[in-house]
Amino acid sequence: MKISMRKPVIPVGPVHPLQEEMEYFQLTIDGEIVTDIDVNIAYNHRGIEEISETLQFDQVPFLVSRICGICSASHPLAYVQAVEEIANITPPERALYVRTIINELERIHSHILWAGLAGHFIGYETVFMWAWKYREPVLDLLEEITGNRNNYGNVKIGGCREDIKPDIIPKLLKELDLLEKKMDMLTKAVLDDPILHARLKGVGILTKEDAIKYAVAGPTARASGVPIDVRRDDPYAMYGALDWNVITQEEGDVFAKTVVRLLETLEAIKIIRQALKKMPDGPVMTEVKDIPPGEGCGHVEAPRGETFHYVRSDGGNRPVRHKARAPSYVNVPSFKASCIGEEVSDAMITLAAVDPCYSCTERMAVLDSQTNALICGFEELLRLSREKTERIRKGI
Amino acid sequence: MNDQELRDEIEKMSNKLIAIEQPLRNRYFLSCESQNAHDVCRFLFEDVRARFVIATAIDSDDCYEILYHFAYDELGTIIHIKAHIRDRENPSIESIAPFLPGAEWIEREIHDVMGIVFVNHPRLERLILADDWPDGVYPLRKEAKR
Repeated sequence: MKISMRKPVIPVGPVHPLQEEMEYFQLTIDGEIVTDIDVNIAYNHRGIEEISETLQFDQVPFLVSRICGICSASHPLAYVQAVEEIANITPPERALYVRTIINELERIHSHILWAGLAGHFIGYETVFMWAWKYREPVLDLLEEITGNRNNYGNVKIGGCREDIKPDIIPKLLKELDLLEKKMDMLTKAVLDDPILHARLKGVGILTKEDAIKYAVAGPTARASGVPIDVRRDDPYAMYGALDWNVITQEEGDVFAKTVVRLLETLEAIKIIRQALKKMPDGPVMTEVKDIPPGEGCGHVEAPRGETFHYVRSDGGNRPVRHKARAPSYVNVPSFKASCIGEEVSDAMITLAAVDPCYSCTERMAVLDSQTNALICGFEELLRLSREKTERIRKGI
Repeated sequence: MNDQELRDEIEKMSNKLIAIEQPLRNRYFLSCESQNAHDVCRFLFEDVRARFVIATAIDSDDCYEILYHFAYDELGTIIHIKAHIRDRENPSIESIAPFLPGAEWIEREIHDVMGIVFVNHPRLERLILADDWPDGVYPLRKEAKR
């Protein structure tokens, strides 16, 4: 990566796992305005696709669930659907309902996690505290159903490992009721807050045209008026049998992405309730014989967008090629369209708006490239972002 | 557009394709030679208005394959374009990134791991391999695995 020797640059990273991987962002600035952005990825490249070729078909779901802790239901499901397409396997209906419920619980906890972090970055600590408190019971429910808070390892070729036991259902429904009330309150609080309107509207706009050119997925696309959602477009599991809405917004700014995620959480609660009601009795696994030669693909609407897996089989017991694409792989390059022209104090929330994982952002730093002197670090950028919110708050 | 109209659109490209397979209602496999892949992708993206999903590179026995995966979301259809690169010594193919910036990263990645040169790529630099990875070693090629 070439570093410009004239203009000041802001290196963000190299340990900055926007897609649960380490990443390096280099913001070139002119005064307060970001004039260019460059992204470097794969500091922690694990070679999952190659490892997959050394494992048997039924071992791979456990590997791909570890691509991402938060999307650990979506990746294995996409892979399993690809293999089921090759071998023409139809899992029992109950298993499809279980998959639907687990995937929606995953969406809920992921979106709430994002809402909390977004609040943190613009200085809304209360939102952070509330959101993470509401998320906790969802993780507990996932643990009760699958045995794990993350990395559920529940989906298998031909069905599911664990069924949703009848005695969990009353608790599940009760927690969903509580969560719905709280999320309703949080959503209204966000939508009615004049400071959030002033802080997030018009910030980090990704136009519809750019969203299509960069082939973005998930809430990032839907907030830019691109109405794509794999759950509706190519229904898998039991989404085709349930009544729910695809949430879209036209503006493409950070506020629109926030609205999409908050409303999707409420839709997810609706989906789970219906699924629990309609779920028939029966087994959750069907017998799986050998996987014949062939090729297939599976795609799943993960919280961050479409997760796509392509699998090729030669009739042996391992895939000969397995390609996995996480949604951030297409969402992150769109920063080139959404970040340039923004103020540095808005860069953080713009980068956060595609729903990254921020656990390592402490390595973020601002450097003057002529002297290589540290201008400011992560704390300083956080301060800049929060001060802007504070200025708006005082102005209103 | 309905299923038949999509099929008609795809058949408009048949002079550039070797084969059109449709194993399921909403899954297509289109095979073509590497020199036609750029035009086929451009037609799908700009005229059919399909969404680019990702590309996959495969080291087959007699050639390198690049699979471009496109989605036509209105019908939930996935269209795979299989481009065959027959020249195993100097594998190259025209880049689709100039009109489709969403493909910029994956072409760099394939260049890294499979050693395929994407002609006219705006910036064919290393993306996922480590900076100290030796030149000319391509980890997803069969020869590297032996």
